[in-house]
Amino acid sequence: MKRVSLVLTLAVAAGLSAQTASAQTLKAIQDRGMLSCGVSQGLPGFSSPDDKGNWTGLDVDICRAIAAAIFNDPSKIKFVPLSAKDRFTALQSGEIDVLSRNTTWTISRDTSLGANFTGVTYYDGQGFLVKKSLKVKSALELNSASVCVQTGTTTEQNLADYFKGNNMKYEVIAFAGADETVKAYESGRCDVFTTDVSQLYAQRLKLANPGDHEVLPEVISKEPLGPMVRHGDDQWFDIVKWTLFAMLNAEEAGVTQKNVDEMAKSDKPDLKRMLGGDGNLGEQLGLTKDWVVRIVKHVGNYGESFDRNVGAGSKLNIARGLNNLWNKGGIQYAPPIR
Amino acid sequence: MAIEARQPPSQFVFKLRRALGGRSGWAGVVYQVLFVAALVWLGYEIVANAKSNLAAQRITSGFGFLENNAGFDVSQALIPFSGSDSYLRVFFVGLLNTLVVAVVGIFFATIIGFAVALGRLSPNWLMSRIAGGYVELIRNLPPLFQILFWYKAVLSALPNPRQSYSILDYAYLSNRGLVIPKAIGGPGLTAFLVAIAVAIVAAFVLRHYARKELFEKGKKIVIWPYVLGLVFGLPLLTMLVAGQPFTLEIPVLRGFNFSGGSRLIPEFVALVLALSTYTAAFIAEIVRAGIMSVHKGQMEAGSSLGLSRGQTLRLIVVPQAMRVILPPLTNQYLNLTKNSSLAVAIGYPDLVSVFAGTALSQTGQAIEIISITMGVYLLISLITSALMSIYGWRLDRSMQR
Repeated sequence: MKRVSLVLTLAVAAGLSAQTASAQTLKAIQDRGMLSCGVSQGLPGFSSPDDKGNWTGLDVDICRAIAAAIFNDPSKIKFVPLSAKDRFTALQSGEIDVLSRNTTWTISRDTSLGANFTGVTYYDGQGFLVKKSLKVKSALELNSASVCVQTGTTTEQNLADYFKGNNMKYEVIAFAGADETVKAYESGRCDVFTTDVSQLYAQRLKLANPGDHEVLPEVISKEPLGPMVRHGDDQWFDIVKWTLFAMLNAEEAGVTQKNVDEMAKSDKPDLKRMLGGDGNLGEQLGLTKDWVVRIVKHVGNYGESFDRNVGAGSKLNIARGLNNLWNKGGIQYAPPIR
Repeated sequence: MAIEARQPPSQFVFKLRRALGGRSGWAGVVYQVLFVAALVWLGYEIVANAKSNLAAQRITSGFGFLENNAGFDVSQALIPFSGSDSYLRVFFVGLLNTLVVAVVGIFFATIIGFAVALGRLSPNWLMSRIAGGYVELIRNLPPLFQILFWYKAVLSALPNPRQSYSILDYAYLSNRGLVIPKAIGGPGLTAFLVAIAVAIVAAFVLRHYARKELFEKGKKIVIWPYVLGLVFGLPLLTMLVAGQPFTLEIPVLRGFNFSGGSRLIPEFVALVLALSTYTAAFIAEIVRAGIMSVHKGQMEAGSSLGLSRGQTLRLIVVPQAMRVILPPLTNQYLNLTKNSSLAVAIGYPDLVSVFAGTALSQTGQAIEIISITMGVYLLISLITSALMSIYGWRLDRSMQR
């Protein structure tokens, strides 16, 4: 019934409020003393709670970085776990301030939902997971297969396009939650489980025998994942956008969680500008001078967050690949802090 | 008998004033008209305000999206559907999937419910205890739990298609559902269907004749052998004359799944099983209450006329009990229909799952889609109660005769 209550909130908010709040998000968060962040219902590496209820992951780190920049405290966050179906309604209704939930950036989502993507936290693509015992080596051998997929995702539409484009038949079984989808795949209801490749690796860890399953080589779509905010508050849009850019710029400049305090004392002009020794860039955003220092000190730069959550330092062990910095062979490129 | 009741002054204004409330004078009428006007104005304001606010936030609104391409597929569609069809068609696919669960579920729930009720009232100790146990067990477990039980514990324990249970090599049961041969029309199909129709009409004529003989002359004619002969014999005859009415397309395992034949998907089976057994437990209690509300003298009267227990129940007790049973039975039918939206838990593509779920999150038009969905459920429920009311009205009329 969460869905109905969300829709009711949206309807009441839209129907009764005389004027929709604009440019008030930051102030509302400061008054509340807490950032409300929409995350997944549990996707290892991106957003999942541990046994003590602490949320970790790449998507979670974006929210932690925003909270660090505002409050100098990455724990002042209320995490709202959302299914793929409910996420946009929760953002529209104002229940969350930012949606950081492995959401693919597409034109229709950017234009029709009343929300904007602020950047790309992870460049992903859609793939297929199958049991090794089926001896399938390519997605093109999947004619007549049953495919498990989560509803309300771009995955579902890419799947239809791919099978139609390759003249193959298939049966789709769509579930509302990620866990149900994986369980149905594991129980044998489907031959194939499809979603973004990063999620395939993450979900495979949850299976009883991860070694019995393999990810097929085909990547059938572009899935740039990123955070979203509501239309109508450009200041808030800038804050969320530049939080990610700050993490990327910090990595590029070699500023890490460990050395950030020393770097802040440096005389190099670009470091002084970025870390608040010079100018008032942070204040122009509506934050403080040392906003980048706060982010890096509490959360780390982009590379550190990547390694810790999905990269070499995590169980997922995903290579940087496309998500490496532009000067290291990837396509992660942030505009300069200047 | 000389005193005649005084007629109240039957003036239009008086009645109107009474209908609009107890307040005397025109003030009462004026207040109420004003109140209604204020309500209408408030409703209009809310809708207009919502529209302008959605536009200000640049959230798309309106019903134009219904013509857009859906771009996703559905596992069970009773009308042809592919990813390139519109959201409007998604809506109809979902609606039909909901209706088919509701109709099939209501059918089985009624049969099981009546059977359990009669079992519970039976003088046989074992039977009445088993029926009682069924009711107590099933009605005290949440329906969502039962759906998950059938889906996850029972149906997903079936083997995969390559090791499926074969039923004489014609039908196969696996964790992908039940595959049965599909009938495809042949040259003799028309003649075959006509023969069946003729046989059924003839059977009704026969029944009418037999009843007339029974009521007017007291002559009892046993008609069922003739009816059986007609219903099976006539179509068989046409098969000999006009050729095969249809050929069977037998399912074959090809690749991952069976191709050919028709298939009942496990999501549908689990949902129908769970909803019909669950609702049947309530129906059983309603039917039992109805039967017990009929005075026991009716039962005794029946047996003193020499009718058997079954005959007394069928001809005397149940028709009287129906008046008590009908209103709560309608409620149960409505409950079953609404509970079918639990389908979303097991991935059955009902209206809530594909339209208020997938279509909603792809278009983001929450207010429109939820309104349409609520309207549809309201309409289904109103139609169901209307049908039950008509049945109740006919029942009342036949009682008064």
